[in-house]
Amino acid sequence: MQIRVTVDGTAYEGDVEPRTLLVHWLRNDLGKVGTVVGCDTSNCGACTVLVDGQSVKSCSMLAVQADGCEVTTIQGLSTGDEWHPVQTAFKECHGLQCGYCTPGMVMSTVDLLSENPHPSEEEIRDGLHGNLCRCTGYHNIVKSVQMAAELMGGAK
Amino acid sequence: MTEMVDTGTAFGRPIKRKEDAKLLHGRTNWTDNIQLPGAVHMGLVRSPMAHARIAKVDLSGALAMPGVVAAYDAASLGDLNANVLCVWPVTDDTVMPPFPALTGDKVRHVGDVVAVVLATSPEAAEDAVAAVDVDYEPLPAIVNMIDAVSPGSTLVHDDAANNTCYVYDLGGGWDEVAAKADVIVKRRFVNQRIVAAFMEPRAVVAAPMGMSDEITLWSSTQIPHVLRVVLSLSTGIPEQNLRIVAPDVGGGFGGKLQMYREEVLALQLARKLGRPVKWNETRSEDLVASHHGRDQIQDLELAATKDGKLLGFKVDLLANMGAYLQIITPGTPLLGMFMFPAIYKMDAYQFRCTGVFTNTTPTDAIRGAGRPEATFAVERMIDELAAELGMDPMELRTRNWIQHHEFPYTTVAGLTYDTGNYEAATARALELFGMDELRAEQKARRESGDPVQLGIGISTFTEMCGLAPSRTLGALKYAAGGWEHCTIRLLPSGKVELVTGTSPHGQGHETAWSQIASSILGIPVEDIDVIHSDTGRAPYGMDTYGSRSLAVGGQAIKKAADRVIENARPIAAHQLECSADDLEFREGTFSVKGDPEKSVTLGALAWAAFSAHNLPDGVEPMIEGVATVDPEDFSYPHGTHLAAMEVDTETGKVRVRKYVCVDDVGNQVNPMIVEGQVHGGVAMGIGQALYEGVEYDEDGNILTASLADYLIPSAADLPSFITDRTVTPSTTHSLGTKGVGEAGAIASTPAIVNGIVDALRHLGVNDVLMPASPQNVWRAIKAAKGGAA
Ligand code: FES
Ligand code: FES
Repeated sequence: MQIRVTVDGTAYEGDVEPRTLLVHWLRNDLGKVGTVVGCDTSNCGACTVLVDGQSVKSCSMLAVQADGCEVTTIQGLSTGDEWHPVQTAFKECHGLQCGYCTPGMVMSTVDLLSENPHPSEEEIRDGLHGNLCRCTGYHNIVKSVQMAAELMGGAK
Repeated sequence: MTEMVDTGTAFGRPIKRKEDAKLLHGRTNWTDNIQLPGAVHMGLVRSPMAHARIAKVDLSGALAMPGVVAAYDAASLGDLNANVLCVWPVTDDTVMPPFPALTGDKVRHVGDVVAVVLATSPEAAEDAVAAVDVDYEPLPAIVNMIDAVSPGSTLVHDDAANNTCYVYDLGGGWDEVAAKADVIVKRRFVNQRIVAAFMEPRAVVAAPMGMSDEITLWSSTQIPHVLRVVLSLSTGIPEQNLRIVAPDVGGGFGGKLQMYREEVLALQLARKLGRPVKWNETRSEDLVASHHGRDQIQDLELAATKDGKLLGFKVDLLANMGAYLQIITPGTPLLGMFMFPAIYKMDAYQFRCTGVFTNTTPTDAIRGAGRPEATFAVERMIDELAAELGMDPMELRTRNWIQHHEFPYTTVAGLTYDTGNYEAATARALELFGMDELRAEQKARRESGDPVQLGIGISTFTEMCGLAPSRTLGALKYAAGGWEHCTIRLLPSGKVELVTGTSPHGQGHETAWSQIASSILGIPVEDIDVIHSDTGRAPYGMDTYGSRSLAVGGQAIKKAADRVIENARPIAAHQLECSADDLEFREGTFSVKGDPEKSVTLGALAWAAFSAHNLPDGVEPMIEGVATVDPEDFSYPHGTHLAAMEVDTETGKVRVRKYVCVDDVGNQVNPMIVEGQVHGGVAMGIGQALYEGVEYDEDGNILTASLADYLIPSAADLPSFITDRTVTPSTTHSLGTKGVGEAGAIASTPAIVNGIVDALRHLGVNDVLMPASPQNVWRAIKAAKGGAA
C-alpha cells in the first residue's frame, strides 16, 4: 500500500505491507533507529513517538494508519546542537542511564506536558506509567519532568 | 592510609554525563541497528515442553519456504554445534552436563533450542521457525526443588543423581552454639525467581569481515572480553581472529553477564555460510531464554542469648540451577555464602548449599548475585529474633554489629572488612526517616484498629563487591581472574585516549573515568575520550559486573594516570634543563621547584614526544601509562535502609509510604551517578519484594513469558526516595571507593518485607511470601488468623 507520512519534518512516500508496524517502517525503511523496541505486548513504551502531536506506541500502530500524518521521533524533537527543554531536563537531572527507555520516555513527557503543563508528582507518575525504565527507579525521571515543566514555563 | 585524589578538581563532582547527548537525540548504536549487506536472520525453534525426548526433527517444510537459506538441527549442525561453557565448577565433583547450542536428545526447559533457521528477513525466519516439525515424547517435568532432590524423582540429567549439581559446605560449630543458646529462631524463606529485564532485548550480529581471518561479533553483552575467551574456547576460532564489540547496550543487571547459545550459533553459522548472521530476540523470547536469577529455598536457624547476643547462624540452601549450567550458574549462590553473617559478630556460622537441576530456564547472576538472597535471609532473621525476644529490632542490630572502632574486622565467615561505620549511616538514616513520629503513628493505628496498618522495615546491610582478588577467585575454583586494565595515551594534540577493560551499559563510565583521569592529569574532562567494549580497540579487560568497574577498574585508571606523569617527567626535565627530581607536577603542568615560571604542560610534552625531534637519549617517542591491577581485597559498601510500609489488612494492598537510605560507598567519583545507581537498585529490590516473580505451572510451562504477565514496576508503582551517603573510604582500594551498582538491590528487598511483617506482627504474621502482592499479603493475614483461631 502507498503511504505518505511526514517524519521529523521530511515527507516520505512508501510502499508498505499492510502488516508492517509503524516502528518497523521507521527503523528499517527510513533508518530512524533512534526509536526502539522493548517488548512485543505494548507494555514498555520504548517505541513512543508523536503522531500529530499525540504520543503513540509505534509498535501498536500500523504504518498504513499513519498515512497522511505527521510523526515526530526523538531524532526530530530538536535539530542539530539545539536541545528541547525536555532533553535538557533529562540531562540536568540525570533522568537516564542506559538510555534505552529514553526516546520513549522523552516523547511521552513532551505529550504529558502539552496536556498538563503543571503536573503534580502523582500526575507525572501516572502519566508515565506506560513507559518502563529498569535503570533509574524513576526518581530522577520525575525530577526531569518537573524541571522540564519549569523550563517550558509551566511551573506553578 | 589511602592516598586521596585531589577532590578540588573533577573527582567528586556531580558532573553531567558525556553519554547523554547522543542518547537524548537518538544517535545511538544498539546492536539491533546494525544492518549489514547480505545478512541472514536467525530464528530459533524453541521447545514448548519442559521435558521431552526429541523423536524427530523435520526441517523440510522450513527449507522449502521462500527466503529460507538454511536450517539445522543438532545432528545436521554436527561439529559446529558447540557448547555453552560454565567456568565455575564449585567443587571437584560438581556435575557439569554438556550444554550444546542446539539440544539433540531431549529438551529440558520451555524455550530450550532444538533447531535454527536462517532466512533473508526476520519475517521469513519467523515463518520458517513455525514450519519446522518436531515430534516430542513428553517426560515428567521437575519444577519444584523439593521434588527434584527427593529420591526416585525424574532426572533432568542422567548423571546428576537426585538432580544434585553439587553440595557445598562452609564453616561449622552450629551444634555447640545451639546447645548454649537461650533462643533459636527457625524459618524457611523462599527467595523467588526473577529476571533481569534489561530494557534492550538481546541482539547479536556475527560477520566474517573479509580482510584477514577476522570474524566480528556484535552483541548486547556486559562482557565482550570474557566472551571472546569463552567463545574461542568453545568454537575453536583462534582468539586473535575473534573481535567482540558491545555497542550501545541498554542495561544488563547481570542478565547480559553471560555466554549465550545465540552468540555461539550466530558465530558458527556466519562462519559456515560466509555471510553475516543477525538475531534479535522478542521480549517474550527473552523471558524464557535469558537466564533467570535468585530462586532459593532457605532453611535458616539463628541462635542467641536471651539478652540478644547473637551466637550462631545455620544456613541450608537449595539453589535452583535450572536445566543447564551457564557461565557462573553454580557459583552464583556462593557469592552470597560469605555474606549471611553480614555486619554481625557471632561465634559460629555453618553453611550448606545444594545446587539443584530442574526443568526450568537456567539461572545465573542478577544484580547482587547471591548477596541479595543472603541479605534478605539475615535481615529478615534479625527482625524475627527481635520479635521473639521482644526487643527493638534496631537495638538488636546495634548490640551485635561490628563497631566503628573494631575495624579491620575478620568475620565468622572469614572475610576481613577493612572499614565501615554502621553507627554513622544509621544515625543519619534515622534522622531523615523520623523514626519516633512513625513509631507513634504505628502505635496509634494499632490502638484504633485502623484497617491500614503501618510497619517499619530495617535493613542494615553490607555486601562484598569489587570482584575480585584473583587468588580468592582461584581458591573458589572460578576459572578466571578479577583484575582490570587501563591504558592512557597522550595524543599529539594533547587530548587523551583512555582505554578501559570495563564495559558500561548505563553506568556512565565515559564520564566518571574521565573525571578520575582529569583529576590526576589536570586535563579537562571533555578532552579525555574513554574507549571501551571493543576487543579491537580495548583488547584487555574483565568487563562490568559485581560492582567491580570503579572498585577495580578505577584503581587501574589511577595507576595508569600516575604512570603517564612518570613517563612524561624525563621529557619535561630535558626541555626545562633540570633534573627530574627538581620537577613538581600540578594541574597538568610540570614546573621547576622554586622557579614556577619555568614550566611545561603535558599537552606540550605530548607534541614533543610525537615529533620526537628533541627527546632525551633512551626515551621512546610515546607518552602512555599502562596498568593492570589485581585488587588487594573485596570492598565492603554498607548502609542503612528504612521503609515505612502501609498495609491494608482488609485487601492486602501495600504502599511504600517513605523510603530512606543512607549508603556508604566510600569516596564518590560522581555523586550524581552514585545516587542514580542507588535509585535504580532500590527500585529493583522493591520490584522483587512487591511485584516480580517468574511462575511455572506443574508441567513446567512458564506463566510469566511477557511483560504483561511479569510485572516490573512502573513510575506509578514507586515512591521518590530519600537518599544520602556517609563516606568511610575503603583502605584497600587506592581511590578509597567501594562500588555501588548492586547496593540498592541488595538492601531494599528485606527492608520492604520487614516493614510489611512489622505492620502485621500483632495479627500473628511472621512471614509474607514474595512478591508481596495483595493476594500473598492477604493469604498471610488469613493464615495467621486461622492459626490463632
Ligand atoms: S515496544 Fe514495548 S510498547 Fe512498543
Ligand atoms: S535508562 Fe535504562 S531503561 Fe531507562
